[in-house]
Amino acid sequence: MSFIVDHYNYWIVVLLMMMGFYVVIAANNLVKKIVGLNIFQTSVFMMYISIGKVNGGSAPIAAEGITTYSNPLPHVLILTAIVVGVATTAVGLALVVRIKRAYGTVEENEFEDKEDLI
Amino acid sequence: MFAQHLPVLPIILPLMAAPLCILLGRSHLAWLLATLVSALSFVISVDVLLTTLEQGVLSYAIGGWQPPWGIEIRIDTASAMILSAVTGISTLVLVYAKESIAKEVDPSQHTLFYTAHLLCLTGLSGILSTGDAFNLFVFLEISSLATYTLVSLGSDKRCLTAAFRYLVMGTIGATFILIGVGMLYMKTGTLNMIDLADRIAEFNGNRTLKTGLAFILVGVSIKLALFPLHMWLPPAYTHAPSAVSAFLASTATKVAVYVMVRFIFTIYGAEFVFHTMSMDILLLALAIVAIFKCSFMATVQSNVKTVLAYSSVAQIGYMILGISLVSSVGLMAGLLHIFNHALMKGALFMAVGAVLLRTGSVDIKAFQGLGKQMPLTMAAFTIAGLSIIGVPLTAGFVSKWYLVTAALEQQQWVIAMLVLLGSLLAIIYIGRILEAAYFKEPSELTAGKDIKEAPMLMLVPMWVLVIANIYFGIDTSLTLSAADTAAQLLTQSMTEIEAAQ
Repeated sequence: MSFIVDHYNYWIVVLLMMMGFYVVIAANNLVKKIVGLNIFQTSVFMMYISIGKVNGGSAPIAAEGITTYSNPLPHVLILTAIVVGVATTAVGLALVVRIKRAYGTVEENEFEDKEDLI
Repeated sequence: MFAQHLPVLPIILPLMAAPLCILLGRSHLAWLLATLVSALSFVISVDVLLTTLEQGVLSYAIGGWQPPWGIEIRIDTASAMILSAVTGISTLVLVYAKESIAKEVDPSQHTLFYTAHLLCLTGLSGILSTGDAFNLFVFLEISSLATYTLVSLGSDKRCLTAAFRYLVMGTIGATFILIGVGMLYMKTGTLNMIDLADRIAEFNGNRTLKTGLAFILVGVSIKLALFPLHMWLPPAYTHAPSAVSAFLASTATKVAVYVMVRFIFTIYGAEFVFHTMSMDILLLALAIVAIFKCSFMATVQSNVKTVLAYSSVAQIGYMILGISLVSSVGLMAGLLHIFNHALMKGALFMAVGAVLLRTGSVDIKAFQGLGKQMPLTMAAFTIAGLSIIGVPLTAGFVSKWYLVTAALEQQQWVIAMLVLLGSLLAIIYIGRILEAAYFKEPSELTAGKDIKEAPMLMLVPMWVLVIANIYFGIDTSLTLSAADTAAQLLTQSMTEIEAAQ
C-alpha cells in the first residue's frame, strides 16, 4: 500500500500516459486525437518534474539558511519539451483545419470511406 | 579563430537563413538563399569530415560552457559522414526543387517551402552533431515538425491526412524517446552522451536503464520506420511534393537510423543492448521481415512513388540488419548503406518528380513509352534502380557486398541468402517500371501528348547523384575508410568484450 501512496505522482504519470495513448488510438475525431496526444505528452512533463524533487529540498532559489535545493535542471528541460508540445499541437490543429476544408469532415471513418488510403 | 567554430555552422547557418526566406518574400530569392546556405553547409561538412578522418573527434562547447555541463557539439567520423550526405542531398534537392515545386506547390507557399526545408536541415544537422541526449530530442522535433509541414504542402489533398498520421506517429515516437532520456537522467544525473556511457557502465543491468532503453528503441523505431512501425511512411512519401519525398527518403529516416546507432553503441554500449538485453535477435527478425514484406508490397503497387516508399522501408531493413549482426563489418555495412541509399533513393525520387512534371501522373501507366520521350530521366532512373538492386559497379553493390560479407563472417548462411533473395524482389519492382518505360507503348494517360525531356535544373542534380552512384561503386576508398573508421570507433567497447570471451 505504501508503495502506491509514496509514489503517487508516478502512478498519476502512468495513468495519464495510458489514458492519452488510448485516446490517440481509439478516438475517431482528429481534434480528440490531438487532445489525447496532449494528455500523453503532459504525463511525461509530470514525470520530469517528479525527477527534480529532492527529499527535504526547497525551491531552487538561493537564500540564507537553506542548504538543500530541489534539482532545477529537469524543470528547465521540460520547459523546452512543453514548447515542443505546444508547437506540435499548433501544427496538428492547423492540419485539422485544412483537412476540414478539403474533406468537409474531421471524423476519421467518414473520410476514409471517400478514398483508398494506402 | 574562425576555423574553431566550423562544427556548429551546419546547424546555425540554415537556422538563421530560414526566417530570412520568409522575409525575402520572393520565391526565387528564397530559393537562391536556401541553396547557397545549404551548399555552404555541405562544404563545411566535407571539411569537418576530412578533419575527423585526420584528427579524430571534434568537440565544440556551445556558448563556451564546457561539457558535461554545457551542450556539447561532438562530431566523429560517423556523424560527419552522414552530415556530408545530408547537406549534399539537401543542396541538390534545393537546386532541383525550383522547377519541381513550381508545379506541385501553391505559389504563395514557395517561400514557406524553403523555410521548412531549411528548418528540417537544421534539425537533421543538429541531431548528427550534438553530443547531448536531450538536445538530440529537441533537434529531432525541430526536423520532424518541419517535415510534417513539408509533407502537407503536396497538391493532392490526401497529403493532409498523410501528414496528420505522420504527426501523430512521429509525436508518439518522440515522446517515447523523451521518456527514455528522462529515465537515463533519473538514474545517471547526466545528459552528455560520453558521460552517460561512463555512468551506465557502472549501473549495468539496472531496471530503470532497461526500461529507458525499451522506450528509446521503440521511439526511434517509429522515427526510422522500422517494420511494423512504418505505416506512416508510404502515404507520407507518396503524397508529399516530389522534392520533399526525394529529401526525406534519402535523409530523414537515415538520420533516425544514426540515432539508433548512437544510442546502442555510444550511450548504452553494444554489450548491454545485445548481450544483456538480446536486442540483436529482435532487430534481426524485424529487419528481415521488413526486407521481404515491404519489397513484396513494392512489387504490387501501381503508384511509382509508393513503390519507392515501400522500397525505402525495405532498405531500412538492410541497415538495421547490418546493425543487428553485432560486428564491426556489419555496422560498417549499415553505415555505408545509409550513405549509398541516400544517393540512390534521391536520384530515383528526382526522376519520378521529373516524370510527374511532364506527364502529370506517377502511375506506372504514365511511365509507358517514356524511355523514348524522356531518355535522360529514364536513364537516370535505370542506373539508380540498378544501384537499389545491387548490381556491380554501383554504390548499392558495395554496401550489399559488405552486408553479405558480415553475415558470412559469422557463418550466417541463411541471412546472406536472404539478403540476396531480397535483391531479387528489388529486380521485380524496379524491373516492372523499366519494362513499362522501355518496352511498352504509351498508355491512354500520355498517348498523343508531346512529352519533353525534364528541364536542365532538374536533370543536373539528378545526374550528379547518378554519377555519384557509379563513382562510389567503383572508387570506394573515401566511403569505405570513413565507414570503417566510424564503425571501429563505435564498436571499440565491443571488441574488448569479444577479446574477453
